[in-house]
Amino acid sequence: MSNQYADRSHVVKIIFIVIGVLFIGRLAILQLFNSEYREKGEQQSLRNVTQYPARGFIYDRHGELLVHNEAVYDLMVIPRMVKDLDTNYFCQCLGITRADFDDRMQKARKYSPYSASIFMKQVSKEEYAKFENKMFRFKGFYISQRTLRIYDRPIAAQVLGYVGEVDQADLDRDPYYKRGDYIGKSGLEKSYEEVLRGIKGKKVMHVDVHNREIGPYRNGALDTMPVEGCNLYTTLDADLQTYAEELMANKRGCVVAIEPSTGEILAMVSAPTYDPNLLVGRIRGKNYIMLNSDISKPMLNRALIGQYPPGSIFKVAQSMVALDLGVINPGSGFVCDKSLVGCHNHPSARSVQEAIKMSCNPYFYQVYRRVVQQGKYRNIYKDAQYGLTVWHDYMLRFGFGQKIDIDLPKSGMSSGNIPDTAFYNRWYGKERWAFSTIYSNSIGQGEVTVVPIQMANLAAIVANRGYYVTPHMVRFYGPDSIQNEEYHKRHETGVKREYFDIAAAGMYDVVHVAGGTARRARVDGLDICGKTGTAENYGNDHSVFICFAPKDNPKIAMAVYVENAQGGGGTWAAPIAGLLVEKYLNGEVKRKDVEKQYKEINPCQKLPLTRRVKKAKKRG
Amino acid sequence: MYQEKLKVDWITIWLYLAIMLFGWLNIYSAGYNAEHTSLFDFSVQHGKQFVWIVAALVLAVVITFTEPRVFSNTAYPIYIIVMGLLIITLFLAVTVNGGKSWIDLGFFRFQPSEFAKFATALAVAKYMSTIGIDMRDMRTKLVAAALIAIPAALILLQHDTGSALVFVGFIFPLYREGLSGNFLIIGVAAIALFVLALLVNKYILLGILLAMGLFYLFAWLNKRTSRDYWHVAAVFACCAMFIFSVDFIFNNVLEPHQRGRIDVLLGKTEDLQGSGYNVNQSKIAIGSGGIIGKGFLRGTLTKADFVPEQETDFIFCTVGEEWGFLGSSILVALYIFLLIRLVDMAERQRSPFSRIYGYSVASILFIHLFVNVGMVLGLVPVIGIPLPFFSYGGSSLLAFTILLFIFIRQDASKNQLL
Repeated sequence: MSNQYADRSHVVKIIFIVIGVLFIGRLAILQLFNSEYREKGEQQSLRNVTQYPARGFIYDRHGELLVHNEAVYDLMVIPRMVKDLDTNYFCQCLGITRADFDDRMQKARKYSPYSASIFMKQVSKEEYAKFENKMFRFKGFYISQRTLRIYDRPIAAQVLGYVGEVDQADLDRDPYYKRGDYIGKSGLEKSYEEVLRGIKGKKVMHVDVHNREIGPYRNGALDTMPVEGCNLYTTLDADLQTYAEELMANKRGCVVAIEPSTGEILAMVSAPTYDPNLLVGRIRGKNYIMLNSDISKPMLNRALIGQYPPGSIFKVAQSMVALDLGVINPGSGFVCDKSLVGCHNHPSARSVQEAIKMSCNPYFYQVYRRVVQQGKYRNIYKDAQYGLTVWHDYMLRFGFGQKIDIDLPKSGMSSGNIPDTAFYNRWYGKERWAFSTIYSNSIGQGEVTVVPIQMANLAAIVANRGYYVTPHMVRFYGPDSIQNEEYHKRHETGVKREYFDIAAAGMYDVVHVAGGTARRARVDGLDICGKTGTAENYGNDHSVFICFAPKDNPKIAMAVYVENAQGGGGTWAAPIAGLLVEKYLNGEVKRKDVEKQYKEINPCQKLPLTRRVKKAKKRG
Repeated sequence: MYQEKLKVDWITIWLYLAIMLFGWLNIYSAGYNAEHTSLFDFSVQHGKQFVWIVAALVLAVVITFTEPRVFSNTAYPIYIIVMGLLIITLFLAVTVNGGKSWIDLGFFRFQPSEFAKFATALAVAKYMSTIGIDMRDMRTKLVAAALIAIPAALILLQHDTGSALVFVGFIFPLYREGLSGNFLIIGVAAIALFVLALLVNKYILLGILLAMGLFYLFAWLNKRTSRDYWHVAAVFACCAMFIFSVDFIFNNVLEPHQRGRIDVLLGKTEDLQGSGYNVNQSKIAIGSGGIIGKGFLRGTLTKADFVPEQETDFIFCTVGEEWGFLGSSILVALYIFLLIRLVDMAERQRSPFSRIYGYSVASILFIHLFVNVGMVLGLVPVIGIPLPFFSYGGSSLLAFTILLFIFIRQDASKNQLL
């Protein structure tokens, strides 16, 4: 029988070979053609440990540190590795209740029993010190260090902005961010996020099945060092900012102070404000809700987002346009005819300079009429369209009707409104409107709205006699002192310098000459030039004042808004501006009594003045 | 008489050595950590394995210089002694990994089931080579089946399904000696039906089988006799009964962990933390190796204990991860080459005893390879069974060495007349 079935050896060999081929084919599928397993393998055996860079610091214009970092500690837990824990003792060390402990552990376990999750966020250095030397008793827990922002001076909250955890939109937009990362949410923290954040480093660690780190992967060949964030050197003057915030306490409104020659913003206050330290660390969530639901909206930067009718301040710009167009000349006089538009009692203005000083409404009614109805067309409607278009172009060159290109987040800004022909055509219909329809614009009411920073910019334009440099917050950043070239360019209005000299002279008279509307802004020795305004409103009018000083070679230009203040621009905004100019130019304020008065009083109450100021409509 | 020069088959020996040393490297790598870098640290597994390798080589030399007739003459006594050991094991065994197949001798834990393989191979070879035996006799079939079934049953009682399954391999030597090929076909068909019955609706499956039967009768055969009808009807009835008993077998005969492993294999559940964990991790580890692998000692997954049993039953993962597609295919090829070499050697034997024994050796090794690598690659349900000459473990290495070298010894003296 021996070799009767010898052929069957082939069957057996074929079976062996088939199985061998099957295995090699399967290996090819797993190892060559299917990357799924390879990726999973990477995922579970290597852990990228992020090395967080320190966020850049923020300084003021004199090098004073405004924002820096403080180390805090996240207490991490890997639930599966928690062993032999004396829970009561642990809770006692952390100052939490047993129920709280169970809750947190449950959450961590739900996330993953094998990988680390945050057990307790942002434990302060002091708290950590209490249980630092006991950590070895808490198996499965470890500490991960992070940094938090810290503000030595609680100022400029809306300008500096705050930092918070990334949300889904951030994650979708930029793959740099991973869940749990921090990002600038508003203010400079947001607009300079990429400068401040630095570059994250990573350590690739080899981990075992229990997610324990075994050691660096390939001896750290793939590791990268974190690059620290760049420091920001801002244009802010911390002392001026502090002083402005003190003056604006108990009020709603804003202050913007600019160095006219450079466009550097010296102070930007939005009142009411808050201590930026409130939005840091574990208290952030609670405080955020509180601030966000406050009806006075302390988190908004009114200087950038508030839209107000410009009021009489607009008259300065109107006169410049009219002079430049040649529709009036510096010596033009108009009778104060209250039948056209209401006014207060004053002699008729005999020149542009006098008109600005007295803020005569009928005068500027006439000026605006000449700008809008230039007589280029017989048809007054067509004529008005032409005139308005010309005027609109001028206004854009003055920086109105568009978002100022400041280095703060555009989302927190308004553009204001300078109506153009399309606007009125939409509103009234084509050729259905003329000067008589829109004359309210002449005195800064009507459809025109402006943003406080645009008004401060107007003061800077007059101070510079005809141009502005885009207002900005940051002088330079980083070790290489990088500057934005945009912020060194002059933006010309195109109006002749000599006309601005007239405006400056008028504004000087406003503060210094009898019959001027802002005598309260006067500070001896400082040639403050200003213009008051009263922005009409549903509630009490807003008190507005712009100014620059000194008259020649100005060092500071400013806009001050006090919302719903009893009395016009001269009553509230002007004296506050006067104090600020004094502080900035003299270094200190001598008039302590005035200072005290404006720091403490809430403008919604009646003023303790010897002469009660009667609220007058259309009065500047 | 055996003063003449021994003509051992060096190809087989080189294959054996290559596989064994490659296995040892992988055991070293799987258990590698910075604290035990010495190759010969006897407190860790690769160190112990080194001792076993030395012992296996000594044993191989001893066997090579033993008179070959010793094995054929003592086949039955060895078989009886080992069966006795298996029975003793049932009472004395310590529990390891849920199985009760280990006897603790104090200095060394010993697994009699490993030795049952070569003992059974010897006994089957001895019986089948008896003069006048014909595989077509029912009596022969029954005796052979009993010789194989007794150790398999005893091992099953030890809850060592994997080792018991190895005895299925004896179907190859029996087939070579004249067992009808139908047994092979029935075996394969039964496995296929079992799997299909779990995956597909049973009535659809029956319908397909009926259609195949009718096709066979009316389209395939030119002439049909009543015998053909009866045959088809009988086969169909058996299939139907089998299909309807699958659920019963699955739910009542198999143990829960076995059900889980089969479900995972068939893709019915994806229990990645439970039954599916091992296979999933093993596939990930192998898949992460790519073409050329991560390099010796550079495997990240096997080193981090993601793969359980990585030095023993799942050692192939380390090969896959560190040596990649190239390394693991070469290993598979080495095994297939060894198996084919063994079949060829068996065919050149003059004595039926040597031939049958040779086939038994090849078959036992084949089943191990098939089940172990198939399991690691996710083609076969998870069954704990070592990779011959490769996995960590003294009993299995020594037993496989004895198994192989008895045959090499027989082959070396094949020209001696009996």
